[in-house]
Amino acid sequence: MKRSITRLLMAPSVIMLLVWMIIPLSMTIYFSTIRYNLLYPGQNNFVGWMNFEFFITDPGFIPAVSNTLILLLSVLIITVVVGVMLSALIDKPFFGQGIVRVLLISPFFIMPTVNALIWKNMMMNPVYGIFAWISESLGFEPIDWLSSYPLMSVIIMVSWQWLPFAILVFVTALQSQDTEQKEAAQMDGATGWHIFRYLTIPHLARPIAVVVMIETIFLLAVFAEIFVSTGGGPGYDSTNLAYLIYNQALLQYDVGVASAGGLFAVLLANIVAIFLIRAVGKNLTV
Amino acid sequence: MTLNQQRKLKTILTGLFAWTVALVLFFPIFWMFITSFKTELQAISVPPSLFFEPTLDNFRIVQERSDYLHHAWNSVVTSFGSTIIALIIAIPAAYSMAFFPGKRTKDILLWMLSTKMLPAVGVLVPIYILCRNYGLLDSKTALVIIFTLMNLPIIVWMLFSYFKDLPKEILEAARMDGATPWDEVVKVVLPLSVGAISSTALLSIVLCWNEAFWSLNLTASDAAPLTAMIASYSSPEGLFWAKLSAASTLACAPIVIFGWFCQKQLVQGLTFGAVK
Repeated sequence: MKRSITRLLMAPSVIMLLVWMIIPLSMTIYFSTIRYNLLYPGQNNFVGWMNFEFFITDPGFIPAVSNTLILLLSVLIITVVVGVMLSALIDKPFFGQGIVRVLLISPFFIMPTVNALIWKNMMMNPVYGIFAWISESLGFEPIDWLSSYPLMSVIIMVSWQWLPFAILVFVTALQSQDTEQKEAAQMDGATGWHIFRYLTIPHLARPIAVVVMIETIFLLAVFAEIFVSTGGGPGYDSTNLAYLIYNQALLQYDVGVASAGGLFAVLLANIVAIFLIRAVGKNLTV
Repeated sequence: MTLNQQRKLKTILTGLFAWTVALVLFFPIFWMFITSFKTELQAISVPPSLFFEPTLDNFRIVQERSDYLHHAWNSVVTSFGSTIIALIIAIPAAYSMAFFPGKRTKDILLWMLSTKMLPAVGVLVPIYILCRNYGLLDSKTALVIIFTLMNLPIIVWMLFSYFKDLPKEILEAARMDGATPWDEVVKVVLPLSVGAISSTALLSIVLCWNEAFWSLNLTASDAAPLTAMIASYSSPEGLFWAKLSAASTLACAPIVIFGWFCQKQLVQGLTFGAVK
């Protein structure tokens, strides 16, 4: 087929994504250099780097960046490590496997807003929550999760959503593992740990890369869980970049500063993406 | 203990363990479901009550208060609409990249995926202002456009990985028999990849259904999908967990049940064919 036709077939996707990327991005760049507060219309003079300075010196900036990274790394580590261990343990036929699969994947389908509401009210509420009831039955003081450990609460919610995804991907991958190889290793006296370390882990390299990549895309942008549960607080304890920018733009009406923040988020995402593509990219087939 | 008994014991232990993990992870959903049939008093009783007389009042009140069906319809329209549009745009692109790869195909794919890395907050303000200027705030059109573009990279990538694994000989044979490129796609490629396309569509529908950032920021009531309806229940005034649970159950039930039926396909789709 002629090159021109193949180009024509790709054109709609490429052009739409280009437009989707370039127009808003250039508008963001433009807004970030002018004074633009919705409360003071008409005063849109050029201010240079002031918005960036303002955003970076905001007391919420450092906490937001570190919270974003802590959230990303913790959830990645929890879902990948726990996911690999659990899936290695349940990777054998047992009674009711189909039902277990269905139960396991369910949290992945729960919308983030509902996820946050369930955990905030029914699990973590210090008076009526299930956690409070458990710790009281065991004779401990109930913990007020959302105000004492806000970031950890968000991490729990997000991990709950993504762990099932990781487990299912890994279980599916393990089913294609060569059993003869495993048996041969056993004959040669390899222990369970050796098989896990030298056969299972390498076999999972690609699935792990896929899980890390997909999760990173979604974890950098966690918003609804924070919006619904902690509202970023107390203080900035559970504010991530997404939430901080939202705060600037829609609650303080400062479009200029919010745009500067948005550009910073783009920058951070790109840094993470570069690391990521280096680390796991070679495991992804293109 | 004989070897056989040992094996049996191992199977039982594995099963017990797997069931425990599954039940623990499923518990919050189960609890939400149970709570939606309680009265408000039962919902906050300490210790939590497991046995009670179920009531359907909460569901009735939710429908009255926030018109569930209206928001559910919005969710259906935006998720299915954007998925269909995205597929129409993505299939030709994935096809041409998979069967006629050029020098830059790999770069284009990576670039597409990198647009997914662009955080939504980075472009929230301009999109909000564009929508406001064109009167698209609180409209389903805006959500459909955004959802389409949001999922396009993943859809192209997933379809590409499937098409790439189709045997090229079949296409060549079809061409020998005088098939036009159009015939090739419609009569050969598409029938062979019904499974792939449907699992891609599934994933896209799930992602759209649960998308919260854009729907919370760009809609108010007319076009608000279920995610936005639920957020309106998050205000702290008073304890009305039973109604909240009913609303949540209603919001999640369609997609969870949908997902249960398609979970196998979905996992295979989600992994870009990396897991066979």
